[in-house]
Amino acid sequence: MSTRLARGGRFTDRSKQIGFTFNGRRFTGYEGDTLASALLAADQVLLGRSYKFHRPRGIVASGPEEPNALVHLGEGARFEPDQRATTTELFDGLVSSSQNHWPSLEFDVGEINAKLARFLPAGFYYKTFLWPRSFWKHLYEPVIRQAAGLGQAPHPEARDADRYEHYHAHVDLLVVGGGVAGLLAAKTAAEAGAEVLLIEQTAHWGGRAPVDGGTIDGMEPGAWVDETVAALQAMPNVKMRSRMMGAGVYDHGYVLGYERLTDHKPGAAGPRHRLWRIRAKQVITATGAIERPLSFAGNDVPGVMLASAVRDYVVNWGVAPGDRTVVVTNNDDAYRTAILLKQAGLDVPAIIDARPMGGGALMQEARDLGIKVEPGRGISKVLGGQRVSGVAICDQTGSGGELDTIACDAVAMSGGWSPVVHLFSHCGGKLEWDAEGHFFRPDASRAPTGADGAPFVSACGAANGFLSLPETLHCAAKAGAAVAGKLGHEATATTPEAVVTPESPLAPVWLMPQGARADLKMKAFLDYQNDVKVSDVQLAAREGYESVEHTKRYTTLGMASDQGKLSNINGLAILADALGTPIPQVGTTTFRPPYTPISFGAIAGEARGDIFQPLRRTPMQDWHEANNAAWEIVGQWRRPYCYPRGGETRHDAVNREITATRESLGLLDASTLGKILVKGPDAGRFLDMMYTNMMSTLPVGKCRYGLMCNENGFLMDDGVVVRLSEDSWLCHTTSGGADHVHAHMEDWLQCEWWDWKVYTANLTEQYAQIAVVGPNARKLLEKLGGMDVSPEALPFMGWADGSLADTPVRVYRISFSGELSYEIAIPANRGRAFWGKLLEAGAEWNITPYGTEALHVMRAEKGFIMIGDESDGTVIPQDLGLNWAISKKKDDYLGKRAQERHDMARGDRWKLVGLKTLDGSVLPDGCYAPAPGKNANGQRNTQGRVTSTYWSPTLKKGIAMGLVLNGPDRMGEVISFTAEDQDETRDELTTVEARIVNPVFFDPKGEKQDV
Amino acid sequence: MSDVMAPNEGARSEGLITVEALPPQGQITLRCEMSEDYRTKLSDALGMAFPDQRGSVTDGDRALLWMSPDELLLLVPYDAVDGVMESLNAAFDGWFIAITNLSDARAQFRVSGPHLRDILAKVTPTDMAPRGFPVGDVRRSRLAQVAAGYWLRSEDEAQVFVFRSVGAYAFEALSTLAQPGGEVNFLSA
Repeated sequence: MSTRLARGGRFTDRSKQIGFTFNGRRFTGYEGDTLASALLAADQVLLGRSYKFHRPRGIVASGPEEPNALVHLGEGARFEPDQRATTTELFDGLVSSSQNHWPSLEFDVGEINAKLARFLPAGFYYKTFLWPRSFWKHLYEPVIRQAAGLGQAPHPEARDADRYEHYHAHVDLLVVGGGVAGLLAAKTAAEAGAEVLLIEQTAHWGGRAPVDGGTIDGMEPGAWVDETVAALQAMPNVKMRSRMMGAGVYDHGYVLGYERLTDHKPGAAGPRHRLWRIRAKQVITATGAIERPLSFAGNDVPGVMLASAVRDYVVNWGVAPGDRTVVVTNNDDAYRTAILLKQAGLDVPAIIDARPMGGGALMQEARDLGIKVEPGRGISKVLGGQRVSGVAICDQTGSGGELDTIACDAVAMSGGWSPVVHLFSHCGGKLEWDAEGHFFRPDASRAPTGADGAPFVSACGAANGFLSLPETLHCAAKAGAAVAGKLGHEATATTPEAVVTPESPLAPVWLMPQGARADLKMKAFLDYQNDVKVSDVQLAAREGYESVEHTKRYTTLGMASDQGKLSNINGLAILADALGTPIPQVGTTTFRPPYTPISFGAIAGEARGDIFQPLRRTPMQDWHEANNAAWEIVGQWRRPYCYPRGGETRHDAVNREITATRESLGLLDASTLGKILVKGPDAGRFLDMMYTNMMSTLPVGKCRYGLMCNENGFLMDDGVVVRLSEDSWLCHTTSGGADHVHAHMEDWLQCEWWDWKVYTANLTEQYAQIAVVGPNARKLLEKLGGMDVSPEALPFMGWADGSLADTPVRVYRISFSGELSYEIAIPANRGRAFWGKLLEAGAEWNITPYGTEALHVMRAEKGFIMIGDESDGTVIPQDLGLNWAISKKKDDYLGKRAQERHDMARGDRWKLVGLKTLDGSVLPDGCYAPAPGKNANGQRNTQGRVTSTYWSPTLKKGIAMGLVLNGPDRMGEVISFTAEDQDETRDELTTVEARIVNPVFFDPKGEKQDV
Repeated sequence: MSDVMAPNEGARSEGLITVEALPPQGQITLRCEMSEDYRTKLSDALGMAFPDQRGSVTDGDRALLWMSPDELLLLVPYDAVDGVMESLNAAFDGWFIAITNLSDARAQFRVSGPHLRDILAKVTPTDMAPRGFPVGDVRRSRLAQVAAGYWLRSEDEAQVFVFRSVGAYAFEALSTLAQPGGEVNFLSA
């Protein structure tokens, strides 16, 4: 059984007990435990069921590479699936449970899948369940989805209890990894004067050197780590952050760091995770190496672990994963595990060493301790189901014939080590195959390069392929000095004296035994998380998959949330063998960020709740809120749609607002309209290019409606342009278009016409703008007093500066409703007060604030177009009958040439018309007018569509505008539109008949607005 | 009640930094080339030195902020704007320049406290370290999701400006990120 040892555990404090639960059972651990070490200490070896076959699975590793020990963590608002037990620090009250089992962890019906494993090979979902076709959607997929998968999603109504944030840091040197290599590299560079940020994903400094032994400068590695950490902490130019993982390296020295602040103390004040967005001039990756499993049958049975992880549990947490542990290896390092276990008083029945001659000095040391070593042997298969009960031994060179069985309750395996090259590779760093160590290592000559073409990422220590302590430190000191030099500091590399027992060479073992029988290969797992076996990769190769990237996707090797940290190298070695190609030629799959999964909360940062996104507010927003506005989303604005009163429906409110405005007086908050000042000697010439109309000839004191097209000729924006002075114009844009139009203008000014003397300024937010609309509008302004608003002083399409009710104003006599109308611009700080004055003074005329829907209906009654309704990015002004706004006198304007192209100039385009239903009903929005026959794709032909459609309370019937083929030539014709209740699956149409009419429904002569 | 109401008037929050909405502030945007002629002309007209790139010049209740290679922001008392506009327009009569009153277009905040640099580094990708952002400097960047300007007035006080419509958002974002427990202790020890 796995158990807590009588002593030991350099991370644990045995005076502090911590209670937690797993699958409802109460457990006790110690402060400093991980969830994995605490469960192991309590002999909870079985932790979950596998993704596909529901095989029992236990802890394999001790760090972020763990593929199996994924649990549901927390409850309610703090529930999260797929949390790695090995990187979850234990805290009091922790609640966890296992995943992907039914009905229970110990008895799982889905394990039947395992019996069917031979029918579920690589790519089975591409080959089976194909017939009958409808069964996929209704039977196969639901069943497979039920059976496969790992954690459950949080409850849809649950809301994350924590907060998150981002942080931007700019540093000279970022060192990722706080093991001995990272510490020494950081110290070397910092002593030379570089500013250093050193980050470490765990809560502890020193990495695995204190576990693996040897000496540094005559000290235990742990003591050297303490001394070095203290030295670094005393340096003002060094910042150190633990519990912070380097998640990804990107162009231009951009690195994402993932800091876990309160995962180990949920509910503590402050953000839970902080996403660091780091700009580093240089990056050193000192990310260590990860041990590889060996591929033998049953290598996934709970109790089979990485040899280094077994050491970690003993040394760091004082936990023995088994009483009797068989060690199986192809290298010397795993002997350290056997020696350590033996010294801790535990039984090691045998070391199975696949190398014919076994190992070197460490083997001798093990033998001296009385451990039996079996060179040239392998494990044929692991015995036991939910727990290792023994191993069957065979010759490594054979096919798996059993020579012996050894009873044991744990297996410590080591297939060698793979440097963690992920961060080096994220931004284009290339790898080379190390033929001696049998791993991929960073190729310094092809490191990621920055904007200057020079490398900005260097790997050092084990991450650079230097696995032994002396080599690791030598490499780290060199890297620290070299990078300090690149940063302009003079540095010398001083390597501390390190001593370790020398190791004899590793022998590559990609399959155990070498010629394993088919039944063994079907149980030899490469990817634990996605249940990919040796036989699956070999099958893929037989079926013609040669590319490692294709094989990955076909077999799902390395595609789980661990991204193949344990399986990639073993898998591609099997593929290389099956293809008869050298491993370096097969290559690796792409390493992509993040290194391990990071929370969505960290990515979202502070953006949730009220600050999920900015909501733009006009100066009158408080009033709208207080007066029960229903909202319409317009870009990031919330504009009042209407203001329902009492029990009014929205529809009733809109009708009331329109009627009140047309009959007496309405009021609109138009502050969101874009207002861009264009000024300079070339401003007129510039606006003649921006607009289809002639703007340079507009007299001072006048307004003109203008159209803006993009260079493809399509209508982009519209609005009223005002001539303020000899050299300045004010361009009104749509509410959503202000920023875009301003950017569009600056683009042309800065990139194309850089020598034109024009300045722009976005004045959108400088002014509150209020439309006073209706037959009594002038009376209201006269009552407020302060300026002459008579038709003589302020005619239609004129403007004037002045004062109203002691407020400085600019009044534009323009109308988007067809009524007598003034749009009044007020300095924004005075907007709210002026709105109040209008309401107060207008009470005698039943002044009625109206919203965007009333605005829309009134403009539609007048046949005015709306950008985004009548235009959709494919419509040109000519389609909308706006030829009158397109100057014929100008040589050029943006879009002119495009509008002369054949497709734009052809006669049979869909053009704007009014539509009047024969029965007075309202046409459905966006509906189409079908035409006889079908097109080449078998779709019904069409001849038009509705762009705007409303109930007109003024005309007491439905009105609409639409684009219809040759529309203006077909006045009076009746055509059919599809009705809203159209059943798509049926061929017969439900239609509504409408007559093509002039789009100006109301006051076609414009008499009401010009009084 | 005065007719003049600054955005977020009276808003104030205290956390790791104090965030306070400022009363109405006169803001005149100047767009012009920064040749010697223009520098001299403007300095003479205002009686103020011309700011360095990314810098500012302060004179009592007035300040001149460098905003871009062809843009400056002149801060004056709110009630003084008309007079200053008039004299500047007179001084630059016939010159190619845009002098625009934007006093109502932005929300201004004073943010202060020992954690100032760290809290600002949560919302802007600009380097907020002392060597990257010395006292007196101005940066145009963003504040979380909106455009923002930062003027570092002292080691622990900055003036932050955003467009007026997003003043409430900026206030909420800064206040949220300044909640206790969010100390970073990276730039501010």
